[in-house]
Amino acid sequence: MDNKKKIILLVDDDEDYLFQTRMNIEQFGFRVVTAESQAEAEKLLETLKPDLAILDLMMEKDDSGFILAYKLKRKYPDVPVIIATAVTAETGMTFGVSTEEERKWIKADLYIEKGIRADQLHREIVKLLKL
Amino acid sequence: MEKLNVLVVDDEPGICSGISRILSRYTVGFPFMDENIGFDVQETHTGEEAVTIIDVKVPDIILLDNKLPGMQGIEVLEYINKKNLDTVVLMITSYASLELAIKATNHGAHDFIPKPFTPQELKSAIESVTKHIFLRRMTRKLNKEGRQIRFQFLSVLSHELKAPLNAIEGYLRIMEERQAGNDLDGYNKIIERSLVRVRGMRNLIMDLLDLTRIESGKKKREVAPVNLTEIARMSIDTMGPISIQKDVKIHLDAPGEVIIEADREEMEIIFNNLLSNAIKYNIEGGRVDCLIKDEHGAVTVTVNDTGIGIPEEEIPKLFQEFVRIKSDKTKHISGSGLGLSIIKRLARLYKGEISVKSKPGVGSSFTVKFPNNSGT
Repeated sequence: MDNKKKIILLVDDDEDYLFQTRMNIEQFGFRVVTAESQAEAEKLLETLKPDLAILDLMMEKDDSGFILAYKLKRKYPDVPVIIATAVTAETGMTFGVSTEEERKWIKADLYIEKGIRADQLHREIVKLLKL
Repeated sequence: MEKLNVLVVDDEPGICSGISRILSRYTVGFPFMDENIGFDVQETHTGEEAVTIIDVKVPDIILLDNKLPGMQGIEVLEYINKKNLDTVVLMITSYASLELAIKATNHGAHDFIPKPFTPQELKSAIESVTKHIFLRRMTRKLNKEGRQIRFQFLSVLSHELKAPLNAIEGYLRIMEERQAGNDLDGYNKIIERSLVRVRGMRNLIMDLLDLTRIESGKKKREVAPVNLTEIARMSIDTMGPISIQKDVKIHLDAPGEVIIEADREEMEIIFNNLLSNAIKYNIEGGRVDCLIKDEHGAVTVTVNDTGIGIPEEEIPKLFQEFVRIKSDKTKHISGSGLGLSIIKRLARLYKGEISVKSKPGVGSSFTVKFPNNSGT
């Protein structure tokens, strides 16, 4: 494996989403490490420092993504975090990180809805990694 | 005690205080209500004052005299009607004028109390209005809850239906863009996963059909004597392929004939759901025991497995629609999350019930009890 490749941590409990997104991101030229649950991701983060993390919101718990983002930022404040969910389409609840109020409790750099096109996702990753 | 607010609008102080006195000691009760309903009475002598009071807080009941010094009773009624306020108006009329009665009814007056009236006449009018209010409230509450449940069901359902479509669409995109190269072999996993999701969706739709048939009651039920042991055997046969795949052995322990009055198809659904769960959530090389007992016409069907078991805290959620216990062990087991809710509904049609005992890591035991031949 190319050691210079940036590592992206991808956490989602939907194995099909994981498979597809991994394939996309690998084609952008990144290395992808996946976890299928908040617990598995926490374990990984003990030894791994990714260059960027993409987290699902609702996994074991409805707020798994938020908790994971919080823990990740506490350990690695400089790692950008994207929360990717379908929660708005499904529940009508909207979250975002555009206001100060939300940024106070949602420890993420970007909030995206699942279903975003691969090239859009690529652009966002590049922006956050400042490449 | 719950109290309804009553506003009395009458320019004769004697009438107002009389009504207050009677109603303050009067309560209305129904056999199906936990407690009686009492009344808080407020008095006013003009239509203008009445409107001011109504603007602050809409009373539950308004006793409205028509003949008032300034603004007439019918005008107050028009005002209430125009603002579409949630209140019931009883008109107090001193002389019976058909014209007024029609006008008042058109403006939403609930009833009339002729003046002069006896305390008994007042009480019975109030009793009827109270019942009306109570029933209206209950109906609204039920409608709202029904809608709420329906809404939740539909939003979860649309998620369950969309998820496989999204997954399959994603896989097709990958193929369309030849992301794994030009060799078809590179797409094996993608094709396999797409087929898994298609199967999952089909099962969900089949379960949904079962569920709506039970719910709507539209399916013609054919209740006749059926032999549960025979249905169990057939169901075990149906489960053959998945039990072989999982290397799970199914044992049947039942008398040759256990006859109950039932719809055959419904019994098949119950057995298929119980057995497929017991296999799906079992360990490789596990065992399923299906026991049927007939105790003086009360029949129990028990299905035991040696599977992963259910954590105690998850058991109360188990029979709700679309609830699937999420854990590392269940992650790769497909299911619609409707099976147990279907069994529960079916069992209820027979005045029966389903219960569960489970120990994580040891196994689960589901029992459906049918009381004495109550097939309809």
